[in-house]
Formats: sequence, C-alpha cells, structure tokens
Amino acid sequence: MNYRLCLSLLLVFVSGVNAQTLRIGLAEDPDALDPTLARTFVGRIVFSALCDKLFDLDEKLNLVPQLATSYAWSADNKALTLKLRPGVVFHDGEKMDAAAVKYSLERHKNMAGSSRRGELAPVASVDVVDPLTVRLNLSAPFAPLLAVLTDRAGMIVSPKAAQAEGEKFGAKPVCAGPFKFVERVAQDRIVLERFPEYWDKGSIHFERIVYLPIVDATVRLANLRSGQLDFIERLAGSDVAALQADARFRIDRIVEIGYQGITINLGKSDLAQKNPLGRDARVREAFELSLDRDALVRVAMDGEAVPGNQWVAPSNRYYAKNVPIPKRDVAKAKALLAAAGVPNPSFTIMTPTTSDAQRISQVVQAMAKEAGFDVKIQSTEFSTSLNLADKGEFEAYMLAWSGRADPDGNLHIFHACKQALNYAGYCKPEVDDLINRSRSTLDPAQRAKLFEQIAAHVARDRPVVYLFHRNWLWAHAAKLTGLRAVPDGLVRVQGLKMN
Amino acid sequence: MVARKLLRRGGAVFGFATVVFFVLLALLAPVLSPYDPLTTSWSAVRLAPSAQHWFGTDEIGRDVLSRVIWGARASLLAGVVSVSIALTLGLPVGMLAGYFGRWPDALISRLTDAMLACPFLILAIALAAFLGPSLSNAMIAIGISATPIFVRLTRGQVMAVKVEDYVEAARALGNPPWRIALRHILPNIVAPLIVQATLAVAAAIIAEASLSFLGLGQQPPAPSWGSMLNTAKNYIGQAPWMSVWPGLSIFLLVLSFNLLGDGLRDALDPRQA
Amino acid sequence: MLRFLLRRLAALVPTLFFVSILIFGLQQLLPGDPAVALAGEERDPAAIAYLRAKFHLDEPLAVRYGYWLGGVLRGDLGESVRMQRPVTELILEKLPVTVQLASMAILIALLIGVAAGVLSAVKQGTAWDYAANVLALWGLSTPNFWLGILLILLFAVQLGWLPASGYVSPFEDLQANLAAMILPAFVLGNAFAAVLMRHTRSAMLQVLSSDYVRTARAKGLDERTVVLKHALRNALTPVITLGALGFGDLLGGTVLTETVFTIPGFGKLVVDAVFNRDYSVVQGVVLFTATVYITLNLFADFAYFLVNPRLRG
Repeated sequence: MNYRLCLSLLLVFVSGVNAQTLRIGLAEDPDALDPTLARTFVGRIVFSALCDKLFDLDEKLNLVPQLATSYAWSADNKALTLKLRPGVVFHDGEKMDAAAVKYSLERHKNMAGSSRRGELAPVASVDVVDPLTVRLNLSAPFAPLLAVLTDRAGMIVSPKAAQAEGEKFGAKPVCAGPFKFVERVAQDRIVLERFPEYWDKGSIHFERIVYLPIVDATVRLANLRSGQLDFIERLAGSDVAALQADARFRIDRIVEIGYQGITINLGKSDLAQKNPLGRDARVREAFELSLDRDALVRVAMDGEAVPGNQWVAPSNRYYAKNVPIPKRDVAKAKALLAAAGVPNPSFTIMTPTTSDAQRISQVVQAMAKEAGFDVKIQSTEFSTSLNLADKGEFEAYMLAWSGRADPDGNLHIFHACKQALNYAGYCKPEVDDLINRSRSTLDPAQRAKLFEQIAAHVARDRPVVYLFHRNWLWAHAAKLTGLRAVPDGLVRVQGLKMN
Repeated sequence: MVARKLLRRGGAVFGFATVVFFVLLALLAPVLSPYDPLTTSWSAVRLAPSAQHWFGTDEIGRDVLSRVIWGARASLLAGVVSVSIALTLGLPVGMLAGYFGRWPDALISRLTDAMLACPFLILAIALAAFLGPSLSNAMIAIGISATPIFVRLTRGQVMAVKVEDYVEAARALGNPPWRIALRHILPNIVAPLIVQATLAVAAAIIAEASLSFLGLGQQPPAPSWGSMLNTAKNYIGQAPWMSVWPGLSIFLLVLSFNLLGDGLRDALDPRQA
Repeated sequence: MLRFLLRRLAALVPTLFFVSILIFGLQQLLPGDPAVALAGEERDPAAIAYLRAKFHLDEPLAVRYGYWLGGVLRGDLGESVRMQRPVTELILEKLPVTVQLASMAILIALLIGVAAGVLSAVKQGTAWDYAANVLALWGLSTPNFWLGILLILLFAVQLGWLPASGYVSPFEDLQANLAAMILPAFVLGNAFAAVLMRHTRSAMLQVLSSDYVRTARAKGLDERTVVLKHALRNALTPVITLGALGFGDLLGGTVLTETVFTIPGFGKLVVDAVFNRDYSVVQGVVLFTATVYITLNLFADFAYFLVNPRLRG
C-alpha cells in the first residue's frame, strides 16, 4: 500500500515536472481540422503540432526531413521517390508506412470537397515500392511539388481512422504529430495532448497545448499581458513599441512569404476597358510612381513590413534583381498621365473591411492624389469582395496573399491565363509559357532566369501593383524560448521550452 | 403647458441643450473645424494633444478635433434618418393595423412579432451585410430593424383612440378613413410617438457605432464617431485621445437624447404634475 | 381566459413561419457566394462545385427553403459548412454559455435597474432622481463593445484582477468561470438596467399615486413599509412582464459582448456565421432564439394575466 502510494507520488512528481501547458492565442478560429479539407491559415498552425508532414521548412525555406527522410527525382523528373522515416506511429498506434502515405495522398487528391486537389494535380499515381519507400508518378515535371509536400498536402493521416470517420475525420483527427487531439469547443479552444510515442519526443517540452482563438488583436494582447496566454500570433504593428518596453515579453518577427498588393482589373471584364487604369499601361505606371512604399510601410504598417515590387520579397533567392523597386516620382507620374491624355483619372479600390486594408487604402489614396489621381475607396465585406472579384466587378482590389513556400505558389494561380485567382484577367501567351517552363524545370539557376523574364513582363503590365511584404509578429512570455521564426508564419512546437 | 413641464425637469433641459449644441456643431462644421477632416500627414501620425491639434491626431495624421466635429453629422444623421425611416414605414402600417383590425391587423401583427422576435442587432447586421457597408445602408438597415417597434406602438395607440367619442362622431358624419386618420387620430397619438422616436434616435446612434465596430457602418476616410472608435480601439495604449473624444461625444449625445425622451414622456403624461 | 391563451398559442405558428421566411430570405439574399467564401484561399473550382452541390446552392430559392423547412420540422437544423458539425449540436453546446451570461446580466440589471427605478420614483424631482437616472442611463448611452474594451484594459491589464477574455466551464472551475463572466455580464446588464429602471419608475409612480397606497398611508404605515412592501410588489408585475420583452434586446446585446470578450455563445456564433456566409448556422440560431423569445412572451402575458385580478374576470 505504502509502496504504491510512493510510486504514484513519484509518478505525479515526474509528470508534474513536465506537466506544462502552452497556451497559444490565434487570430481566428480554424475550420475543420482535416488536412484534406482545411482551408484556413490558422488551421495550419494547429496542424504543425497535430499532423507531421513529409517535409518541413526551416528559417531559410530549405527542405527539412520530417516523415520522409530523403527524396530522389527520376532521370526524366517525372517520378519522385521518397524514403520514409522508420518507427513512426500514428496517434492511434497504427504504423506510418508507405501504404499510409499512398492512402493519404490519394485521399487528398480524390476525396469529395478536397481543397488539395489543385496542389497535387500533376501527381498521376502513387506507388508503394516497399514499406518505407513510396514513389509519386507525375504527368509532367513539377518543380513546386516538394514545397507542396511541406504543407497540408504532405500531411499523412492514419488510414484506419480516416476510413472509419470519413468526412467527419476533422472532428477527431488522428495524425502522426507530436501532440494528439483531445477536444475542441468551437470558437473557444482546441486542446492537444503530448503524444508519448512521437519520433522526436526529445524536442517536446510541453504536456498540453491549448489554442484559443481571439479575433480582436487588442484583447489577444491583453490576454498575453495579463498572463492568460503564453504566446500570441499576429501582434498588431502599433502594439510593438509598447510591448518592447516590457521586459516580461519578447517579440519575434520575420518577413512573410506572402505580400500585400493592389490587383488591377485589366482584362477580367469590360470594366477594364471603361477605366483608364485598366485600359492604359501608362496610367498604371503613373499610379505606381505616385506611391512611396517606404512611407507607406512607415505610416500604415508602423514599419513592420518590407517594401517589395514582386511576388516574392527582395530577400528571396528567386527575387529578380533586374526589376528593382521603383522610387517615387510624382513629376514623372504627372507627365505620363498628361501623355495618356488623362490628367485626373478616377478609380475605385475595392477594400476589405479589415483595419489594415482600410489604413493602407487611405494612405494610397492620399499619395496618389498628389499625382492627380482621384482614388475612391469602396469598403466591401471580404466574402462579398471575393465574389465581385470573381466576376470582375471591380477596378482595383486591395488584396493580400498569405504566400507559399515555392514562388510558383505566388505566381501561377495569379498570372497564368484563366487561373482561379487571376482576378486581373491577365493573359499573355508568352508569360504563360514562361510560367509553365519555370514549373517544369528543376534547376534553380534556370528557374531564376525564367522568373527574371516573368518579372520584367509583370512589372511592365502591372496586373498587380505589389506594395510590400509584412512581418509576421509573434509575442510571447520572455521565459518561452526556442521559437523558430519561419517565413510561413506557423508556430513549430519542436524545441519550444518554458524556462 | 407641456413646455413648462419640460423646462422644470433638469435632466430634460440638459438633454435638450446638449442636443442643440451637437446639431449646431454638425451644421457649422465647415466653419468650426480647424482642419479638413480628410487631410492626412505622414509627419503628424498619432500626435498627442497640443496647441496645433487640441484633440491630437489619428493613425494617419488627421486632426481628431476636426473629425469629431464633422463626425457629429454622421452620428446625428444615423440617428435621425434611421428613425425617420422607421416612422415613415411604421406609422402608416401601424395605423392600418390599428384602425381596420381583423385580418389586416392579424397579418401585420404576426409580421411585426416575427421581426421583433429576431434580435435587433442581428437583423441589422444581416441587412447591412446584404446592402453593403456604408453609412446610408447602415441607416436603412437600422431603420428597417426599428420599424416594428413603431408599428406596434402606433397600432396600440390607434386602437385606444379609435373608440373615443370624437372619432365615432367623425365616422358617423361620413368622413372617409384617411381623413379620420389624419385629422382626428394622428394628432392624438403623436405624443408617445415623439417620445419613442427620441429614445429610438439614441438607440440608433449606438447601433451605428456597433455596426461600425463590425465594419458595416460609415467607412473611412469619412469621419463618424463609431468608425473612429473602431479604428481607435487598436491604439488604446499608445493614443488614447483617438478614442476618448469620439467615445465621450457618443456618450453625451446619446445620453442627451435619452434624457430628453424621458423628460418628454414625463411632460406629456397627464397623470404627473 | 382559456380563449385568450388559445388565441395566443394559435398566433405562435404564423409568427414563427414568418420568422423562418424572414431569416431565410435575408441569409440567402446576402451577396457573395458562400461556396466561394468557404472554399478557402486557393478557391479551388472543384471544391467550390462540391460545396455548391452539397448545400443545394444552385437550386431556386423556394426549393432551398423547402429543404430547410423540411429539415427543421424533423428537428434537423442543417450543418455548419465551416465547422462541419450539425447546427443543433452547436446550439446545444453554446446554449448554456449564453444562458449563463444572460442570467447574470439580468440579475445585475435587476439590482441596478429596480433599485434606481424605486429611488427615482420615490424621490421624484430631486437630485436623487436625476442621479439615479444618469446612473441607469449611462449603460444605454455607451456602446457596449467600447465599454467592454475599456473594462478589459482596466481590470485585466492594469489591475490584473480578472481575466481578459475567454470562458471556463462552471463545472470545470466555478471561480474561474465567474471571474470570466462578471465583466461581460456587467456590460450587458448595464443597458438592460436602464430599460428596467424606466419600467420600474413609471410603474412605481403609478402605484404610489393609487388608492391602494393612499389607503396604506392613511392607515399610518411608515413610508418605507409602504414603498417596499406594498407599492413595489404591485409595481413589479408589469416590470417583470415588460422586462421579458427586453430579453430580446439582451440577446441582441450578447452579439457584441461575446465578440469582444470571446465568450463562445450564440452571439459570437451568429456574427461569425453571417460574415462567413454560414447560412445554416444563422438561420438555425435565429429561429431558435425567436422561438424562445416568443414563448417567453407568451408566458409573460399568461403570468401577467394570472397575477392581475382585474383582467381575469
């Protein structure tokens, strides 16, 4: 009796040392926690603790092995062979092997309502070579594939659980990540518990993680300051100065892989021809020249962004150095407008009702006014704005993109003819050709050259006027160490420790 | 006599005076405002109150005092126009229901009950989202959401009054219903309607601020106290002046309308001294 | 009496029917394709097509209404597209939260409103009257989202007495639950307090000048007994029944309060659903709330009828 009591006390003590809960504040409530169906950014933050993927990214956007340990392309680049990590188990105890990978990838491709279908489109079939080797057969070479496998499309789910739950898998997800799903109260919290059999368990120093969605940035920060949260994502730029002065907290930041830009309707609908901005490239050039990106970043983003003029940030290895960021030149802008015969062009920027977008639009409006532009701001609810953009019922659209690890993810879906997010209606056969070649070449140097050519076209035609790349801003208790600032904005729990 | 009773109530006097103050402020905005409320300035971002900017500047360098003065227009409009819409729609419908009774009444009453059963703000949000975010759409949304209250009130009043002798007499004389309604009934039910309208203006101003908080009211850059509060909440720590002045203004204006409405109700109540 | 009750019950059905049409129509008329809104950033055409088919979005309005109404009559309020869960489940999950918030708010409102109303009526015309007026009115005069944020900054950030936001189940930790609910309940109750104050005041004024009270005074009873024992009891009945009407406003107030304080109740559920174009959720919650409200009204009318002997005859 005494012996048992001692033992249980000892166990309590031992687990008590490790019985720490990490409380993370999210900016939104995630949607269904099913990697095949998931559509939100914040869902990916939860997934980074819940579902391991084939590969992960490091701070420099290099590939890092996770469930897969190595990869090899075939000679014709149409087959990708992956070697899997041995000894990995799912949360339900099932083995993670090539069959599970095949099942997951096919689920991503074929399940009704899947959001991953487009990402895995070039994958024609998946073969099990041996229990720890899997081969993806492609219909054509596809360079962004590895980057795709670092996101939800590369997350491997337990076939047994997925088959049992089917569409309802998101309510009780079973994956192979460091934490397993415990419970979820919609719009209140998501609770995960440490998975003792995780393959990298040495890097996990928490017993539980609780994700709390708090939409209002002020309230989210208040929770951090009052000690109810240990970590928050998307700190508001205006709160940085005050928080930096507080020694109890630390701020980490990194430039995102996405961007903030203004999409211009130059061919999506006949509104394009009716408006000088959509009709005449000189007017678009004048508009870009009227903007001072440095001042824009300073005033509208409190300095928490990096000016940019391409779909990737200037620090990215694929940034085209032949197309530098233009400096503000109001005189030249006015001259261009005069040459185009429209000294005072007027257009409307469709702006979502988020405070960031509103602020940026107002500053843009004021800057462009100095060159003679009469910019009107049309505030539109986000859901409605997507619809209007789809139909081409806009002249300019203040839109941000969260970004993808491979530059193709920021490029193809926007600038290739008739693609889903090509709201500008931009369609040039030579650009399409260049984009397709950049996707099928695996050589980074060759891709860089192709991107340079594409950048030259895009900079001249301006379907999108890229403004800047925002900083991801995380704030946490100073005692929390080990955060890796990766440009995709996700919070990786491996290595996080509360001292 | 009503005016005398009104003047005796301190609260109502204060309310009335404040309302007049804000109305004047709104009307004389172009004259009183020291700066253009839309002019931005990169160098003057979030400055604390000073001699040049009595209320400080906002997040993109605009003068807060000017925006508060011009914002009075939006808030007053939001209040007055919404309630006018509600009255214009609700009064005739309520009179119809109250005067004719039977199936028009049954139909209208069920419709009104249905609208009243849906929480007001949710109705307003759905309507505003449907129409698109702007001040005018917010006013329409609030006006429509507030209509059932006036329908119900008018109906009740009409039903009480229509059995009075003078109405019976008018009917016996062969007056058409519309003349009875306008000449005999309306003047006698107008008092509680005025009270309700005054109180509704207060609620409508708050509703506009609430819709702005959700991004559905007056849109920037045009100033309105509600949208100023919505923007200012992100800067409470660093720039409290951005929120203090619009918040105080909303509070004062709404309080005044409430006091005025309460005072009117007491003044028009024959049972009170 | 029975006739009255039956008549009111009969009125329930068409009212609810109109509510269903109203909220359904409003939702479906919202611009923006819900399939697009819910299909995520990539706007994958296949995912959009799937969503449209699953939720019958391509069918005419009347047909969709038929599907929905049919489901409602069977007890199935549809499914939330965003969270992939039945609406009924979501409602049952969030109901206790909002009920707790509303109850605490009503309690606070009663305390503040009735006290202020009594004081204002008894000391009519004096400074007490005026002060009580302003106290109860300030709740109605400040946007509650604004008040909420200010209180969070004061009590949570500056003083650290209360949590900034969030919700803990009372079964898990009662103290934490109360600590988290006290601020939002206060913010919500404030506005309702003004409503109750007004009703209490006018009811008290009416009763205080009635024969009944005059008799009590003539009998030589002291003022306090007259006010508290006799007048208040009679004044409270219309207050309570009229207060039931204000419950609807209270439910509307939870929308903003829950959003600011991140309380996972109905209000927050509905607002998010409107913006996410999650139709079924909005329709289901509003229909549910409307039914509750109408039923409460019915009980209030019934109770008023019972309590007031003059109307019973």
